Amino acid sequence: MAETRSTCPYCGVGCGVVIAHEAGAITGVRGDPDHPANFGRLCTKGSTLHLTATPVLLQTARLHRPMARTQRGAPLAPIGWDTALDRVADRLAATITDHGPDAVGFYLSGQLLTEDYHVFNKLAKGLIGSNNVDTNSRLCMSSAVSGYKSSLGADAPPACYDDLALARTVFITGSNMAWAHPVLFRRLEDARAARPDMKLVVVDPRRTETAAVADLHLAIQPGTDVMLHHAMLHIMLAEGLHDAAWIAAHTNGFEALRERVRDLTPARAARICGVPETDIVQAARWFAGQSTDGGRFPTLSLYCQGLNQSSSGTDKNTTLINLHLTTGQIGQPGAGPLSLTGQPNAMGGREVGGLATLLSGHRDLGNPEHRAEVARLWGVTDVPARPGKAAVQMFEAAADGEIRALWIACTNPAQSLPDQAMVRRALERCEFVVLQEAYRHTATTPYADLVLPASSWGEKDGSVTNSERRISRVRPAIDAPGLARHDWLIARDVAQRLEARLPSRRTPESAGRSMFDFRTPESVWLEHREMTRGRDLDITGLDWAALDRAPAQWPCPQGQTTGTARLYTDGRFVTGDGRARFSAPAPRGPAESCDDDFPLALTSGRLRDQWHGMSRTGTLGRLLAHTPEPALQMHRRDLERRGLTGGDLVRVRTRRGELVLPVQASDELAEAQVHLAMHWGSEVLGGAGSAGVNTLTQPICCPSSGQPELKHSAAQVEAVDLPWRAVAAAWLPESDWVSTREALQALMARQTYASCVPFGREPQGRVGLLLRVAADQPLSADWLSQLQALLKLDAGTVLRYADRHAGQDRAMHLDKAGRLDAFLLSGDTRAASWMLDLLQQDGDAAALGRSLLAASPTSPSPLPARSPQICACLDVSLQRIQDTLGALPEHSADPADRLARLQGELKCGTQCGSCLPKLRTLVQDSLTAKVVVQVAVASAARTSSPRSISPMA
Amino acid sequence: MTRDDLPAPRPRLVLVGNGMAGMRTLEELLKIAPERYDITVFGAEPHPNYNRIMLSPVLAGEQTIEQIVLHPLDWYARHGITLHLDRKVERIDRVRRVVVADDGSEAPYERLLIATGSTPFMPPIPGRALDGVLAWRNIADTQAMIEAARTRHHAVVIGGGVLGLEAANGLSQRGMSVSVVHLAAWPMDRQLDAAAGALLQAELERRGLRFELGAQTEALLGDEQGRVRAVRFQDGREIPADLVVMAAGIRPNTALAEAAGLRCERGIVVHDTLQSVTDPRIYAVGECAAHRGIAYGLVAPVFEQGRVCATHLAESGIGRYVGSQVSTQLKVSGIALYSAGNFTGGDDHEEIVLKDPAAGVYRKLVLHRDKLVGACLYGDTSEGAWYLQLIREGRDVRGIRHALMFGAAALAS
Repeated sequence: MAETRSTCPYCGVGCGVVIAHEAGAITGVRGDPDHPANFGRLCTKGSTLHLTATPVLLQTARLHRPMARTQRGAPLAPIGWDTALDRVADRLAATITDHGPDAVGFYLSGQLLTEDYHVFNKLAKGLIGSNNVDTNSRLCMSSAVSGYKSSLGADAPPACYDDLALARTVFITGSNMAWAHPVLFRRLEDARAARPDMKLVVVDPRRTETAAVADLHLAIQPGTDVMLHHAMLHIMLAEGLHDAAWIAAHTNGFEALRERVRDLTPARAARICGVPETDIVQAARWFAGQSTDGGRFPTLSLYCQGLNQSSSGTDKNTTLINLHLTTGQIGQPGAGPLSLTGQPNAMGGREVGGLATLLSGHRDLGNPEHRAEVARLWGVTDVPARPGKAAVQMFEAAADGEIRALWIACTNPAQSLPDQAMVRRALERCEFVVLQEAYRHTATTPYADLVLPASSWGEKDGSVTNSERRISRVRPAIDAPGLARHDWLIARDVAQRLEARLPSRRTPESAGRSMFDFRTPESVWLEHREMTRGRDLDITGLDWAALDRAPAQWPCPQGQTTGTARLYTDGRFVTGDGRARFSAPAPRGPAESCDDDFPLALTSGRLRDQWHGMSRTGTLGRLLAHTPEPALQMHRRDLERRGLTGGDLVRVRTRRGELVLPVQASDELAEAQVHLAMHWGSEVLGGAGSAGVNTLTQPICCPSSGQPELKHSAAQVEAVDLPWRAVAAAWLPESDWVSTREALQALMARQTYASCVPFGREPQGRVGLLLRVAADQPLSADWLSQLQALLKLDAGTVLRYADRHAGQDRAMHLDKAGRLDAFLLSGDTRAASWMLDLLQQDGDAAALGRSLLAASPTSPSPLPARSPQICACLDVSLQRIQDTLGALPEHSADPADRLARLQGELKCGTQCGSCLPKLRTLVQDSLTAKVVVQVAVASAARTSSPRSISPMA
Repeated sequence: MTRDDLPAPRPRLVLVGNGMAGMRTLEELLKIAPERYDITVFGAEPHPNYNRIMLSPVLAGEQTIEQIVLHPLDWYARHGITLHLDRKVERIDRVRRVVVADDGSEAPYERLLIATGSTPFMPPIPGRALDGVLAWRNIADTQAMIEAARTRHHAVVIGGGVLGLEAANGLSQRGMSVSVVHLAAWPMDRQLDAAAGALLQAELERRGLRFELGAQTEALLGDEQGRVRAVRFQDGREIPADLVVMAAGIRPNTALAEAAGLRCERGIVVHDTLQSVTDPRIYAVGECAAHRGIAYGLVAPVFEQGRVCATHLAESGIGRYVGSQVSTQLKVSGIALYSAGNFTGGDDHEEIVLKDPAAGVYRKLVLHRDKLVGACLYGDTSEGAWYLQLIREGRDVRGIRHALMFGAAALAS
């Protein structure tokens, strides 16, 4: 067995992983104990990476060869690499010749490595001469970029992970860090355990697991962050908590801000934000961190999409940074604004300028000197001044016919972009769509004319930068499957072909030499390194060998041997005059306010065990155990008002589209809010007209950052009458299930509602698929028989019940050991719940025999009911945890002790720890429950005692 | 002793046919009016009344002749019944009200009950008179088949209905290599639908039977000794056969009645009282009777007829026979099948189907206007009686439709 150190491809924490592999196959993964991001820890997603790269999944789920279709709607057919690369070059060259360079768009990804990014960026801006290169980072971090640049002068998170342990107050806003950045959250938990005086403030409309463990949770109304920040500033000024000297020495624009917040009193903010005034005051005081001796305790703020994915995303960022600047909480250990990056290399992408509004090395497109520098470094006559189209605009331009060729790499825009109706119109209209992708079937694939197979995690070679500016190496453990190639190589090979087809833009002194003479990732990186010289992110002090030895934080200019942990320690910023800038935006609500027609605020968020569009995490049944199926969360009273109960199907409608899915009561939400996880694309949440969750979301963007307001839409929810139902579940061989799921897509699209999710606990040689369907007319016999054929319910010893006139069709299959291994219920599906339990728990179904077919609403034999999974690593359910807590002795009232006992008994939360926040809440709940009982007993005793024992009665 | 003390001369009842239908009628009659008639019974076979249905297990070697006798000789004696065995009635003289047997003996009657049953239909195939070709109706046929099984190897049964399959199974049990020749696409096509027929065929094939389905027999071929040696089909194929059993259906025995001038249309036409429409003194029950156009060949309706007929013979009768919902079973041990009513459905009929191939179970229920009208069960026939009851009652089953397939017990739970 060999081990290769690399970096996790999921979120921006950038954990080091050690990949175990043998004979060309990845066999295991563990956290790299030496990596400074995680020190050996991994979350549920990271710790199961090896399971997503098994030989079987590489074979079944990945793209293996270039493929093209003769026309849209025709099947993809394999073609050779040379043919594919020539065709891309020919089509791009023709488009550019006929319609100009801006008729081409590149839509890339924060999951690409820095080297991939660099080649693509140079290809677009240097070779073609268009700035139409943008990435899914636009959906993720661009408001943070705008915020940093606007306030501090550069796109650079000033703080670092070590500050988690040093902060006195941690202010988390717009982030469910416990789920989205679990390994960092573990560090925060450690810090809190070590320093009980630490205060954790969480701002989030929902009572997430992050919020649940906070010392103070401000459940603000969605989109009222700027008002909250301003009100906190108002309080700081009113109570003299600001640092006037620091402000005077290091900032500009404070007076305008003071003016802005003058009337934004806590009382007013409390009304608008929907939180108690005292909580805002408390938050402001803790944030300011003023100690009694006049010193200051450090405050670290952590934030993510709740601030960024907003039509006022930049304002939310700058007004948060205002609070740091006002109190001097920046550039010191434990203090500063630290944006949490959603993607593994959004940072690296920004470093190379891989966005439509940026240039390499954190240069600005609008700055002629910067353009000239880049042109000189690349040896081209110029880089274009005209800003490119940011993600949403790029697709709008394609929908309008302005962009005619799209090259999409490493991302799934037909899942992740807002306003899918527009996005799909764009993909349909676009004359040439190239999709460079690792996975076989994403929602975008059907729109591609040409598909190029790319390498992925475990195979790729290069570097990424995490949220704390730390560059880590990504290393290959195995070869890419089939003919898949590295992204940078594909871009290079097309670029070299384009150089021969397009008029040269090279300077006379560079003429004749290829701009893309890259041989290795290192050679690409060296060029990128040179682009950073003298810039805020200067890494000229690093070399490839140094990166191979250990990850390093930029900047690290020549002469410096180690990276830089914190920025702005001297109070000098990268603005022209070295002063940070206060912003004083007026508070604005979300672009779409709720009204009579659309009375509910629809927010979106992440699930604990999923990542992005689920191309990778969705290949593991075990990662779906925590949240097995898509559902819309809603407050109980909102449910009651609509006469709904949990599990009912509802139609969610926004001004852009509608979606049918089940509703679920949630204690996390306030009234008049609904919440939907952002992961469910049309591959999972299908049905006629469904493009997944982003059918509903809106394309309105922050004017400064271009980031769309994915987090907020005005919505209405109503009961939906879809009387014809079917539920099917089957265990499939691990070699079959992916293709079966693909085949099911076509069937799903023919019904009003359909969802299809895998389940199971890999590795076990099999994966389950669960399909639910609802329609407004009877499911046709043809449809049902196709479904049965796909689930192997069409032949052999299949139990069958059919009453077609009554709309009842049932089929079940038992394996040789008498366990239910597949079933279909069409019509009356009330038995689906216990039948799914029976199937998933491998219960003895042989004993039930034909009575299974009766599909009675209640189980004919007692089964332990399915209980939500809490601990994904060790597969521990909520029920077992509650039972264990309930059985703990009365005297054990110390939460830490109870948690330790729970962990001792069930081992839950002892591996990756992603479930720890929930476990703590459950421990707390179990104590509260005991207290309630005790109080009840005590009060009963009080009321009865005077009558029974008082002699005076 | 005065004249009044003398017993009045009792009316005479003559039963022609010592089989299950007639004898069941007598039994019912003796229960309600034991002293009413002087009874005489003519039987063409030399045996007392036996359970013809059980010839199948006898052939299969699972029971003996003795075990299937229903009414031993002393039973007749005990009830004062005059029994003429091995004596065929040749003529009915309705004017003199006597029957004349093949030995010339006569028996006068005030009431006559005809229960002559049926005879196997011998299709007009060349070679049917060859040695080794027989039909299966009675004990003698059974004994002949048992004897043949000892010395011969290749049996061909022509007809894949109930009787044919039971014959085939019995012969197979006795060691013969048996082929069943059947015109339809599946065995028992009049009692089972295609799915159940296929299950039955598979099961019987598993037990060693072979099937020639959709096959039309052109001729039976004999050897020099006039013994059958092969069966030839219309497509020219031949299969070896040294025993051929014809099981191609039955014909009601109506020759005696017809000769007596009774109206016969595929059976002696009877009223709901089982009286012949021609002569009210003459009754007919069983396979020889045609009630509302149907000659029943199954035991349940025949027993029902007997019960009604007995009440009329006892002159206490107000009962009327209004026809039966018939159900079928196959007496091949280990094979359970059941069908009743209209199990093939039709326009505006609805079907509910259950299949459990691992357990070898198939059920189909046919509904018409929310009523159960037919059932076809294979493998597990435990609910057959319930379904038959529902069919008979013509009950509206809307409210229990979802539970219908799972039986009365499921409904209760």
